[in-house]
Amino acid sequence: MRTELAPGARAGRAAAVLAAALTAAALAPGVGAAEEGAGSAESAGKPGADWESWRADNEVSDMASLQRGARNFVSYCLGCHSLKYERWSRLGQDLEIPGRLLQADLLPPGDQPTEYIQTSMPAADAQNWFGKTPPDLALMARARGGDYLYQLFKTYYVDPTRPTGANNLRLPNIAMPHVLSELEGLKRAVFRDVVRHGEGGTEIHEQVFDHFEQIAPGRLGAAEYDGFVRDTVNFLDYVGEPTQTARRALGIWVVLFLLVFSWLAWLVKREYWKDVH
Amino acid sequence: MGVKTATGAPARLPGADATGRGSLWIWLNKRLPIGEFIESQLIGYYAPKNFNIWYFFGSLALLVLVMQLVTGIFLTMFYKPGELTSFDSVEYIMREVDYGWLIRYLHSTGASAFFIVVYLHMFRALLYGSYRAPRELLWLIGMLVYLALMAEAFMGYVLPWGNMSFWGAQVIVNLFGTIPGIGKPLVEWIRGDYGIADATLNRFFALHVAAIPLALLLFVMLHLVALRQTGSNNPDGIEIKARLGPGGKPLDGIPFHPYYTVKDIVGVGVFLVLFALVVFFKPTLGGLFLEAPNFEPANPISTPEHITPVWYFTPYYALLRAVPDQRMGALLMLLAVVSFFFLPWLDRSPVKSMRYRGWISRTALALFVVAFVALGYLGLQPATGAYVVLARIFAVLYFAFFWLMPFYTLIDPVRPVPERVTYHAH
Repeated sequence: MRTELAPGARAGRAAAVLAAALTAAALAPGVGAAEEGAGSAESAGKPGADWESWRADNEVSDMASLQRGARNFVSYCLGCHSLKYERWSRLGQDLEIPGRLLQADLLPPGDQPTEYIQTSMPAADAQNWFGKTPPDLALMARARGGDYLYQLFKTYYVDPTRPTGANNLRLPNIAMPHVLSELEGLKRAVFRDVVRHGEGGTEIHEQVFDHFEQIAPGRLGAAEYDGFVRDTVNFLDYVGEPTQTARRALGIWVVLFLLVFSWLAWLVKREYWKDVH
Repeated sequence: MGVKTATGAPARLPGADATGRGSLWIWLNKRLPIGEFIESQLIGYYAPKNFNIWYFFGSLALLVLVMQLVTGIFLTMFYKPGELTSFDSVEYIMREVDYGWLIRYLHSTGASAFFIVVYLHMFRALLYGSYRAPRELLWLIGMLVYLALMAEAFMGYVLPWGNMSFWGAQVIVNLFGTIPGIGKPLVEWIRGDYGIADATLNRFFALHVAAIPLALLLFVMLHLVALRQTGSNNPDGIEIKARLGPGGKPLDGIPFHPYYTVKDIVGVGVFLVLFALVVFFKPTLGGLFLEAPNFEPANPISTPEHITPVWYFTPYYALLRAVPDQRMGALLMLLAVVSFFFLPWLDRSPVKSMRYRGWISRTALALFVVAFVALGYLGLQPATGAYVVLARIFAVLYFAFFWLMPFYTLIDPVRPVPERVTYHAH
């Protein structure tokens, strides 16, 4: 699957980045200059204005979502990122993917199911190309949280000043290109100029994000892209702690047992303490 | 063994003595005084009958200690101390060792649970004057347990070698550098390197799994021995040994076994329900028990946004940052812990228990609790602006509780203490 998809995806991505750079260059004067002094503007109704309150709301027990997330990861993330603590076989087992399908659709050629999920991109090259090695994602959802990842995937915008042509609200000056731009399309970020009065009457101008404007459509509609991101975040949440579903399932029985135990212990205590006056 | 024959004589099993115990029991007890120990220390030990909910936390602390030892032993079977192996081996435990996640969460939640029960146990002592004569030494040994526990928790926190482990160790170890003269070489000696490194991690592992647990066990044993010598205090703060019954046993006392063993088991059950809810459903407790930055490996060139210790150290951490000078801050922190040691001699009140103390003592204790909790909260926040001002206010309240105690306990309007404990049978 990866060998078939990856070259196409990569070419599409390159084209998208190029298109982004060109479009943004044309629009550049508009960026930042818009809505001057609109500091009191209502944020309601403006797309993306409330991005900091976006929640992933993913559900790790949703097996279909996890399977889609695994597909998304292999198609769009594995080119650069590893999941170094997760074995392919464990993924297949936990996500109920039959071995035959795992081999045919997910496993890179030459990899054994017992191996850990590793990118084939050499770290030294990645360092050259992106300025830093793409981080391992096995624990990213635990370290940063699902909401962080969800916001990250949804707040990319065109920025011609960046080497990748893309910038991000969640992680400003992110080194990662907007690899999902062919799916999401391209967004322009509109900033407004906010004037703050500093010491000695000086005026400090700050660029504050106001809203997004879609400037090129992607292959997916807004709701579809949202689902795509949510599935991917859900998958990374699972990889962060593969045992979490089993943990909750066992927990119910343990707590029930302890409640019964406590009740019996209390009956014994009450019986003994009848002697105490 | 209680079975009677037709003639009324108790039926004996072959090899049993008059008490009905078997010959193995007799053989054992001729060589090891098991029965004598149970008789004198559990059945013969009389505890006040009016213990309330605050008296569960001693036995719970013992339970958590045992749990930490057992889960810790299993963790060491798979954990590999070392800069290059620690982080990966913890993830290996979490993912590939059978029930490794359970053992690890029991241990990490156990660390926080230990502090919760110990803090409540200490609060009980403040509430009922359990540190007062004749229990000064019991209190001091308890404080040694607390100190050992702090060292144990700190070093254990470094072992997963996450980024917060690394930077936490950096901050705490550097505090020793504020000691005039020997500070710098001392810090190097503790770390075994010029920075927090492999040598530091390995020695912390040795101390965490061998040296400090041994000290902890010794102090806990001495704590129990001292308790048996003086006997327990109680919510009324009355010495039950002052009123003995015909058998020479305290009138207001009941045998520890079976009465308090069966009662403590109820406490164990309730505690374990709460404990299991955390372990199985909220093991990180929103970043309080396991912090998110610690799921990133130690990185000497990337500082976490806010370096904070785990919640149980944050009251002291807030004190450290409340003053602009680091040396002063470290001294303040030290004084905050050391102040507890002086309590038995700072308290001049004629009564022990808060039940019979006046509004001044009660207000002082309430303010202290507020200050301790507030400092704990502030220690988790960035040390800026209003947070620092608040930390200073609560720092004053914290120390006022201890160092004004000789004065306010003298003028406190106390009420008469009853002669016998208050107990209402249920």
